[in-house]
Amino acid sequence: MVKVTYVAADGTRTDVDAEPGSNVMQTALDNDVDGIVGECGGAMMCATCHCYVDEDWTGATGARNDGEDDMLDCAADEVKPSSRLSCQIKLTEALDGLVVHLPEEQA
Amino acid sequence: MQDIVIIGAGQGGLQAGMSLRQDGFEGNITLIGAEPGLPYQRPPLSKAYLKSGDAGALQLRPESFFEKKQITLVSGTLVDRIDRDARTVQAGQRVFSYDHLILATGTRNLRPPIPGAELALDLRTLEDAARLRDALDRPMRCAVIGGGFIGLEFAAVARALGHEVTVAEAAPRLMARAVSPETSERFLRMHRDMGTEVLLGDPVCEVRADGISLAGGTRIAADLVLMAAGVTPNTELAAAAGLAVDNGVVVDAHMLTADPGISALGDCAVFPDPATGRPVRLESVQAATDHARLISKRLTGKAEAPYDAVPWFWSDQADSKLQIAGLAAAGDATVTRADGAIFRFAGDRLSAVETVNDARTHMLSRKRLAGAPVLRRDLEAAGFDLAEV
Ligand SMILES: Cc1cc2nc3c(=O)[nH]c(=O)nc-3n(C[C@H](O)[C@H](O)[C@H](O)COP(=O)(O)OP(=O)(O)OC[C@H]3O[C@@H](n4cnc5c(N)ncnc54)[C@H](O)[C@@H]3O)c2cc1C
Ligand code: FES
Repeated sequence: MVKVTYVAADGTRTDVDAEPGSNVMQTALDNDVDGIVGECGGAMMCATCHCYVDEDWTGATGARNDGEDDMLDCAADEVKPSSRLSCQIKLTEALDGLVVHLPEEQA
Repeated sequence: MQDIVIIGAGQGGLQAGMSLRQDGFEGNITLIGAEPGLPYQRPPLSKAYLKSGDAGALQLRPESFFEKKQITLVSGTLVDRIDRDARTVQAGQRVFSYDHLILATGTRNLRPPIPGAELALDLRTLEDAARLRDALDRPMRCAVIGGGFIGLEFAAVARALGHEVTVAEAAPRLMARAVSPETSERFLRMHRDMGTEVLLGDPVCEVRADGISLAGGTRIAADLVLMAAGVTPNTELAAAAGLAVDNGVVVDAHMLTADPGISALGDCAVFPDPATGRPVRLESVQAATDHARLISKRLTGKAEAPYDAVPWFWSDQADSKLQIAGLAAAGDATVTRADGAIFRFAGDRLSAVETVNDARTHMLSRKRLAGAPVLRRDLEAAGFDLAEV
């Protein structure tokens, strides 16, 4: 299991145990975490799974995938250097303890 | 308003329930769906699921979500009647009262009236996809009836898995209803390069236990026949209740039927295209979810604006991700940019942009199409650089 913490825009923290191999978007939906919509199901078509990777974790999550920048351009909330599409962050044991922050708006 | 009933627990029906809660609706929400289990997404059925078989990944929301949001999910239940005077819907012996009703019944596969049609398999539901996946366990000769998105996505997966694949399309080109001739041609080449046999312009006239026959006399041997010849909207309930039906449940620019107590959305709804005003019915995740959000905003009094979302769609076929922004009519002109991006024009107005593996142009197109009309002469002056218009 990989532990992931979602921090909502209002500061509420939700800790969940994720299956390795899943991604940060799917894990949020599977665990009823509000604040991630994931409308296109991870097809990189919607940018409603926008998240900010906690600064302690940006190294471990790595760079954005191909095409992610262009999608993020259309995100509803502010795009920061730490912005990612959470459907593109695949969970591995190396990400155990990951913290992501959620924007106020997704659509 | 106290009771909102949604018929159809698919992509759009679920979104309507979710949006209503998000927009602050505090009354009862009842989501009634004919399929068993939890609502799930269909797009991966012809893509990732056929490869991975991971049904859990399809679920749109977990069971606990429905409790938490107090959305009553009544699954495995087919609604068989709407009583508009009593404001109730009936499913067998069960009766549900509504103050507002949302029709989100989607579509079902079209079965052309040809001998043996019942021998072919479908790809619409999770049950269909699971059956196909099982069949692809051993080497198969697959015949696909219909060269639209779903048929071609299936063909690409089956071929990549090493099966023999033939696609038979009655029209002279692939995906003819939805894309430009240039995009059809590009995908024809790709599928043929993959080793898939594609036969165009010759309708299938018979399905047999050992394959299919085309009107022109060609016989194709196959162990598995997939029927992917289009869909028909589920409008029987609406029609029986006296609502207008014309290739779908007819709604206005607010997704409302002529009955102020009944809205319709998604695959089953015919609505005025915001760009042209002509009635259209779209089969896409985008339309189903944007319709749902609009209906929710209207019912909760959050917004009154007419529907004006830019359509978008995608199709994954082998390594090619086709993305379409906007909506072109059959006769719209086509301009191909040097890098392959395809611009479609209704007269002088940009109507749609088709790209392959080019998310940047796709997203820029969606942004531009959401604003004032983009004119052909301005694009020409800008060398078709969307960032410059
Ligand atoms: C294989 C496949 C691949 C696809 N790929 C893509 C893609 O890549 N991109 C894209 O944008 N779109 C894609 N789509 C289309 C997309 O899935 C649909 O547009 C979307 O699901 C429409 O949502 P909906 O809510 O209108 O209908 P649906 O999701 O189809 O839901 C309708 C539901 O209503 C139920 N129902 C019908 N009548 C009744 C009744 N009388 N009582 C109770 N329940 C009833 C049905 O059982 C069904 O579950 C694909 C579809 C398929 C089948
Ligand atoms: S879920 Fe749509 S882009 Fe991530």
